[in-house]
Amino acid sequence: MKTNDVILQTTSKVVFFIIILFAIHLFFAGHYHPGGGFVGGLMTSGALVLLLLAFDIKTVAKGFPIDYKILIGIGLLFAIGTAAGALVFNVPFFTHVFGDVYLPIFGETSLHTAMLFDLGVYLVVIGVTMTIIQTIGESE
Amino acid sequence: MINLLVLPLLIPLVTAALLIFLPKSIRVQRAVSVVSAIGTLAASIVLLLTVKDNGIQTVNVGSWDAPFGITLVSDTLSALLVTTSSLITLSVILYSFRSIGEARERFYYYPIVQFLLVGVNGAFTTGDIFNLFVFFEVMLMASYVLIVIGGTKIQLRESIKYILVNVISSALFVIAVAMLYSVVGSLNMADISQRIAQIGSLPILTVIAVLFLIVFGLKGAIFPLYFWLPGSYYAPPVPVLALFGSLLTKVGVYSILRSYSLFFYHDQAFTHELLGILAIITIIVGCIGAIAYWDVKKIIIYNIIIAVGVLTFGISVATEESYMGTVFYTIHDMIVKAALFLLIGVMIKITGTNDLRKMGGLMKKYPLLGWTFLVAAFALAGIPPLSGFVGKLLIVRGGLAEGAYVGSLIVLLSSLVVLYSVIKIFMNGFWKAPKDYPGEENQPVLSLWAPGALLVLASILYGVGAEVMYPIISQATDALVHPAIYIDAVLKE
Repeated sequence: MKTNDVILQTTSKVVFFIIILFAIHLFFAGHYHPGGGFVGGLMTSGALVLLLLAFDIKTVAKGFPIDYKILIGIGLLFAIGTAAGALVFNVPFFTHVFGDVYLPIFGETSLHTAMLFDLGVYLVVIGVTMTIIQTIGESE
Repeated sequence: MINLLVLPLLIPLVTAALLIFLPKSIRVQRAVSVVSAIGTLAASIVLLLTVKDNGIQTVNVGSWDAPFGITLVSDTLSALLVTTSSLITLSVILYSFRSIGEARERFYYYPIVQFLLVGVNGAFTTGDIFNLFVFFEVMLMASYVLIVIGGTKIQLRESIKYILVNVISSALFVIAVAMLYSVVGSLNMADISQRIAQIGSLPILTVIAVLFLIVFGLKGAIFPLYFWLPGSYYAPPVPVLALFGSLLTKVGVYSILRSYSLFFYHDQAFTHELLGILAIITIIVGCIGAIAYWDVKKIIIYNIIIAVGVLTFGISVATEESYMGTVFYTIHDMIVKAALFLLIGVMIKITGTNDLRKMGGLMKKYPLLGWTFLVAAFALAGIPPLSGFVGKLLIVRGGLAEGAYVGSLIVLLSSLVVLYSVIKIFMNGFWKAPKDYPGEENQPVLSLWAPGALLVLASILYGVGAEVMYPIISQATDALVHPAIYIDAVLKE
């Protein structure tokens, strides 16, 4: 029997963007408040999983033609690269720098290299979660 | 360069991340793996020489001062172990080219080996007890993949056992660390040692010591926690087995050595006595297994358990001489076990069977392999001047000086059993009437033999050059006997 999931599909199309926006908010909130790359990445994967539930793997893969295993590699390189940057300046491994910079639209903004590391974490978490879920889903 | 000690962790980690991008081009994977393994080895040798000349190296990760941040500490012991692990990984990678099979190579075999090396080197280098747990996890995650990759029936069955045991032991590890933290209020290993010395021997510390012994004993396979090892290590193919057998159990032994010399040396009458008794039973159980089986893999696997018993006995005696013997023997055993696994791997490839009774007469066609195996076998049993001799001698002498007569005697007798078990492989595999094995002409015997021979050569040099190694080993032992050296280097007081 073909199930009728029009409501689920329509809602999730909207809810997907709300979740993604919230994930991005969480990611940047991690700068000074609870949040960060890990939880942001989980939230983003949550949004993708919602799409997987509402549609199917093929449709979602068409929308997001990403190899999530490659995403793990990119994320790892971001994270390691940020940490290893310390080697160039001969300061202890993982030492971060930060400062307040004036940006045209945002105004006075505090920037921190930890954000780049967190971006790596964010990508790795999405990569790993989606790889696991797709692997489990595919075998059915 | 203050970050020198990070390099043996960083090089394999970067390599692993890069290799994820190219899973299908096997040639690139192989080339990058070898180059990076050589790089790791070179970096660790430079590190060893630096530590030897300039004393213990430390890095306060992220510039957070000890004891508040995570500190990576490279004393002579950890630099030695890192160098040995890098050498073994290099040989195993070379061996894998012609033996692991394309299917596994395509499914991220090489990156995972690099991740395993990150975990092992990290566990040897870290100076923070919780960070040790993290590196254990890195190592275990990689080993979960390696044990299941290929997906044969026996691998799937054994990996469930392996994962269950290790998940439970990881949970216990966190509980033990939490208990320790609740008592001393620090995670930095040097700081913990200092604080334990201040508060004296509380009974709860003895409980924590035993809890840590259970955790590390599960990884290191001491009696009665070794039960999972013979089955689980039997499942994966030979290169993976060589990595597991030579590296993973030694990480457990190293952790016992570190924690029992740095933290739990106040109630030796209980903790070290317990360790000694378990060590002796471990040796006996290992001996029974090594004699009983006719399967070459099983024989060498039970030899791992014997070695773990000998090493933990050395730790339990806890004198300068026995520590020195333990350090000497650990490095010897890592090298020679890996060599033996790789060599029996060649035998299995040629004959197509694990069963010793179906082998025979390999000496006629493969004399080089035979003699290499014989040297490795003698080194394992500890026949002078090969490398097993010095370590065992020091352990036994240390044991006798402390009045541990039963243990010392059993260590000595176990050498005979070890010798018997490996000579049994030699006599049944290489002697006797030559047989014809289907498909033996197609096996790349020489290129499989070379990595094993490289390790045997390293083992010979290590044994003959014991005089050269002696000052380095004794420097490594100093930090174990006098925790103050380690503490001062980390806390810079």
